[in-house]
Amino acid sequence: MIEVHNVHKNFGDTPILRGITCTFETGKCNLVLGGSGTGKSVLLKCIVGLLKPDIGSITFDGTIFTNNKIEIRQEIRKQIGMLFQASALFDSMNVFENVEFPLQMLTPDMSKEERRDRVEFCLKRVGLENAGLKMPSELSGGMKKRVGIARAIAPNCTYLFCDEPNSGLDPLTSIKIDELIYEITHEYGITTVIITHDMNSVVEIGDHIVFLHKGLKLWDGTKDEILNAQVPELKDFIFSSSLVRAAKKVEQEGGTIETSVGEPIQGE
Amino acid sequence: MVKVFGQYLLFLQSMLVRKERVRVLWNRTLDEAVSIGIDSVFIVSIVAAFIGAVTCVQIAYNLTNPLIPKATIGFMVREMTILELAPTITSIVLAGKVGSSIAGGLGTMRITEQIDALEVMGINSTSYLVFPRILGAIITFPLLVILAMVLSILGGYLAGTLSGALSAQEYIEGIRDAFIPYNITFALIKSVVFAFLVSSISAYRGFFTEGGALEVGASSTTAVTHSIIAILVGDFVLAYTLL
Repeated sequence: MIEVHNVHKNFGDTPILRGITCTFETGKCNLVLGGSGTGKSVLLKCIVGLLKPDIGSITFDGTIFTNNKIEIRQEIRKQIGMLFQASALFDSMNVFENVEFPLQMLTPDMSKEERRDRVEFCLKRVGLENAGLKMPSELSGGMKKRVGIARAIAPNCTYLFCDEPNSGLDPLTSIKIDELIYEITHEYGITTVIITHDMNSVVEIGDHIVFLHKGLKLWDGTKDEILNAQVPELKDFIFSSSLVRAAKKVEQEGGTIETSVGEPIQGE
Repeated sequence: MVKVFGQYLLFLQSMLVRKERVRVLWNRTLDEAVSIGIDSVFIVSIVAAFIGAVTCVQIAYNLTNPLIPKATIGFMVREMTILELAPTITSIVLAGKVGSSIAGGLGTMRITEQIDALEVMGINSTSYLVFPRILGAIITFPLLVILAMVLSILGGYLAGTLSGALSAQEYIEGIRDAFIPYNITFALIKSVVFAFLVSSISAYRGFFTEGGALEVGASSTTAVTHSIIAILVGDFVLAYTLL
């Protein structure tokens, strides 16, 4: 479990995060939802230690991360896997080497054969068993995301952070990436935090959702509760999606929306 | 200015704390040394040979006094090459080639979040990315300077003898005259200092790139400019203190 307590972050005189307090639960897909410029990515960077909060604390399973000794922070970081918005694959390494890299660096006791087996397992898990020798420049956006996920889970991470995993992907690939993250989270009991502004992700995989607006946490709850939330900013955000509007209409008036992926949206 | 210098010193300090495993750093250093060294041999060779040739021809052009022996041309080519041209011009050429490569590479890694990815994994990115580059430069710059010395003197020999400015015998006599071994040591000290300045300044500029592709280009340009200025200032300080 990750606990964020009263986190403030300013860039110069501009407040970005204004006292965020929330909890990300173990074994669940925790979504941080909000429009552009609401501080989602800044919050994520504060949690993983790329930015230091001005005020507040972040705790990983009871161990304080912010302002703790560098050795303890390093130990926590070794349990973190992260999927970046642009995948952040190392250009000079092929897919296999990218996935192997954290194992080489973080688990020096692992033999070469064990590493190879683990990499092959992770690549197979994300459906890229035949792409090991490809360079990142030869991959599509969706494949890069998959490699990013494989690299993140390779060292058996406890916490998985995904910064807008659907950005730049077509809707079908987005759903597949969402499903992959969801499956991995529940399969390995990982605490997953996903930054998104995609309502499809909320409907598909949002076990627990935190809504940010202008640096404030305005709401948190489950995907079943979100459609009936009584927060105007959240309502505006949700119902800007025509798909969600249609789903809500179906829910109220009856009928079914069928898709080739995911569960059909069934009305009363 | 003071703030930037302070940030530069902290940046250098950060690669010495929480160092990665020796084996990892050694392998990375060898990779960087090969990349910096092998890739620069061609340009260094061309520049050094022609500078030696031009130096020889121009000294011959100016030495018209019949009382001055022609062997002096060889002597002057050697002294200029060892003391100044080989270490300084080679380092300036490398500032352009290696410096821009280091700044551009790290700048691209920064804006594509590859450096963030290393940090999130708990890897000290300065130790992993910057330390091997600086060490690789410190290993290869002196070797390239030695190569430049040899080729520059050889270039002078070919230009002098083929143009008829002096005979091979006179050139070799001048090359061997009043040789001071310390000058070689001085040149190698300069090359090590310049290697450190070029690689660390370029790495610093690249590492703290913010923005996009345009800023990566700007970082590379700044890295080269600042490296060349640092080389020239360092050249004066070293000459003043060590000679």
